[in-house]
Amino acid sequence: MSSEVARHLLFQSHMATKTAHMSPQVFDNEEKQKKENTRSLAMSGHVGFESLPDQLVNRSIQQGFCFNILCVGETGIGKSTLIDTLFNTNFEDHESSHFYPHVRLKAQTYELQESNVRLKLTIVNTVGFGDQINKEESYQPIVDYIDAQFEAYLQEELKIKRSLFNYHDSRIHVCLYFISPTGHSLKTLDLLTMKSLDSKVNIIPVIAKADAISKTELQKFKIKLMSELVSNGVQIYQFPTDDETIAKINASMNGHLPFAVVGSMDEVKVGNKMVKARQYPWGIVQVENENHCDFVKLREMLICTNMEDLRDETHTRHYELYRRRKLEEMGLTDMGPESKPLSLQETYEAKRHEFYGERQRKEEEMKQLFVQRVKEKEAVLKEAERELQAKFEHLKRVHQEEKLRLEEKRRLLEEEIIAFSKKKATSEIYQNQPFMTPGGNVRKDKDRKNSSFM
Amino acid sequence: MDPLRQSPSPSSSRASSPRTLPCEMLGYVGIEAVLDQLKIKAMKMGFEFNIMVVGQSGLGKSTMVNTLFKSKMCKSTMPGLGVPTPQTLQLQSVTHVIEESGVKLKLTVTDTPGFGDQINNDKCWDPILGYISEQYEKYLQEEILITRQRHIPDTRVHCCVYFVPPTGHCLRPLDIEFLQRLCRTVNVVPVIARADSLTIEEREAFRHRIQENLKTHGIEVYPQKCFDEDINDKILNSKIRERIPFAVVGADREHIVNGRCVLGRKTKWGIIEVENMAHCEFPLLRDLLIRSHLQDLKDITHNVHYENYRIFRLNESHVLPRGPGWVNLAPAPASIPAPAGPQASPRPPKVCWWAKDNSDEEC
Repeated sequence: MSSEVARHLLFQSHMATKTAHMSPQVFDNEEKQKKENTRSLAMSGHVGFESLPDQLVNRSIQQGFCFNILCVGETGIGKSTLIDTLFNTNFEDHESSHFYPHVRLKAQTYELQESNVRLKLTIVNTVGFGDQINKEESYQPIVDYIDAQFEAYLQEELKIKRSLFNYHDSRIHVCLYFISPTGHSLKTLDLLTMKSLDSKVNIIPVIAKADAISKTELQKFKIKLMSELVSNGVQIYQFPTDDETIAKINASMNGHLPFAVVGSMDEVKVGNKMVKARQYPWGIVQVENENHCDFVKLREMLICTNMEDLRDETHTRHYELYRRRKLEEMGLTDMGPESKPLSLQETYEAKRHEFYGERQRKEEEMKQLFVQRVKEKEAVLKEAERELQAKFEHLKRVHQEEKLRLEEKRRLLEEEIIAFSKKKATSEIYQNQPFMTPGGNVRKDKDRKNSSFM
Repeated sequence: MDPLRQSPSPSSSRASSPRTLPCEMLGYVGIEAVLDQLKIKAMKMGFEFNIMVVGQSGLGKSTMVNTLFKSKMCKSTMPGLGVPTPQTLQLQSVTHVIEESGVKLKLTVTDTPGFGDQINNDKCWDPILGYISEQYEKYLQEEILITRQRHIPDTRVHCCVYFVPPTGHCLRPLDIEFLQRLCRTVNVVPVIARADSLTIEEREAFRHRIQENLKTHGIEVYPQKCFDEDINDKILNSKIRERIPFAVVGADREHIVNGRCVLGRKTKWGIIEVENMAHCEFPLLRDLLIRSHLQDLKDITHNVHYENYRIFRLNESHVLPRGPGWVNLAPAPASIPAPAGPQASPRPPKVCWWAKDNSDEEC
């Protein structure tokens, strides 16, 4: 037995780090797992799971990445140019028109590859934003679009047979809001739009065409903008400062918001290099010069440092908020009437029964209504029929009477005609006996006859 | 955010993917920095891994786990004289957090003492399958809450190591029954336990026979053939598949061999070095489970096994609206349904719908 103990002690002393007492918690499969009770265990040698992050990264490389940017800003403010400059490529060349009647969102997906990283980039542009004379409906299409992407993801997630790892994630990860360089303050439209978007998407405000503002004006403008945003309760995206490796740089960048950017894909010779810049008669504004504008800061923050965090925030905060609201809207809750936690299925069953009953009831109602209407119509028709019948009878009677009367008249007339013709015949007979009496007598007789006739 | 919920593959052929235009970048942008961001995030959040060891008592399960993670995870159970063998199968879970080079791993080991130890071992797999389903159920319940947690704790069993006793003949009926059932719900890695009782030739013969048995009975162990994504995976995994099941020896004691301190078993006729490839295949098992395929194990559990379970559960209780994914399966009994084996789908290959023969499904 002692040799066993000796061997055991040997093993213990070879452990890399000494921990005083390790007592693993033993759980029954009935007992709920207590999160805090897991103890650390020291290992006596190299196991090899430090390659885990690499395994994860390899898998992500295989799958590829997805990033969706929404650009909101007036037409002509430089959205497409900035995106081109950010990703160092020419996405689209034609300019947008100013005459669209409504705000539309146009999404275009591109595949970019850098070393072994494949990125599926979707750029969503707001076409016609701020162009209308009446701008009341300007931000609604944007909100609707964002909600539609959340809805599509939610539908996929709620499907029975789903494939989420395969799903092309179209949810907007970041919204670049372009503020025009007036130098004064935020426009009302900007404020309203940002207010309606801040709970749905990560907003990064940028001052576009920053070469139109001088440096001193810029500082004042930035301060004014930030104070306006804060006083109106607009929540813009703050770069995360919880991880030590990037906390410092993120914190300093937070102080430079909103970024004043200049975009350009044209190259100008400065010194002996070709750099991206805008050439004016009074000088050259270099895009990648940190003294000239904040473009480099934006690119670094957006792509190099925080892309993953932006996606994370979208998924865990904005999407969850949308999902919770949507499900609550459908009437589903987590707690039942006795405040016992209900499962989604029970609630949904209950809802389903309710809706089913409701539908039945409505059907009955409609049936009743229909039957009643039919009866009414029938009654009306019958009434009409009766009336017609009555009229018909009446007319018939009238017609009969008329007929009788006319018959009577005809008979009388015929009798008269007969009488007249008889008289005529008689007078003709008397005429044919001219010598019997003197003409005068005949004439007198004739007159007498005629006058008695008349 | 759960590191598993990652962006989708751009090479998917689903109709809902938008038309993408490939674009040339004229210079360095810095997109590849996203890999570092991923790493930082992963290191901060830590990893989780749940492993289950199944086998009869005395096959060296606890020792194997201790050897794998080079620490005293489980107490090696040596039944003393006064301790009765457990009458029913009880599952015991032990959770530890181990750290190496800044990477934190929360490891949960589930042991199954009493498996196959009774006289009548009929349905001895039910508690195990029940436990696995229970973990899936827990995850599902968390997932369908209205207010979800930011990171759902993952207690699902990612890998089940099945210890085959070194009879040298072939798989026993108990093994076959158990493996058939288990392979449908969890990733199974069979190993030949206590391989120091077999010579090298006996090992090879045994291995071949086991492989044939597995093929005859349609048991797909990890790494499953239908999940090979591309040619590299295929090559790598075929090499592994040739050596499955690994013949392993576990030891947690150290001895001095040629001046070096090695883990091994000391016998009168020599010292069996655990990490020596000539002696046993423990390094292969360790590499598979930890160094190369850990993430893959988790992925397959999440994307395939968990999804299958979810489909089964949701169909059963008609929870969700009849969307395009609605599948009308006949009401299944309370235990796990018995689908007919995996069907390889053309693309994407990670999806493997385990379908019932007599149900009409829209994929």
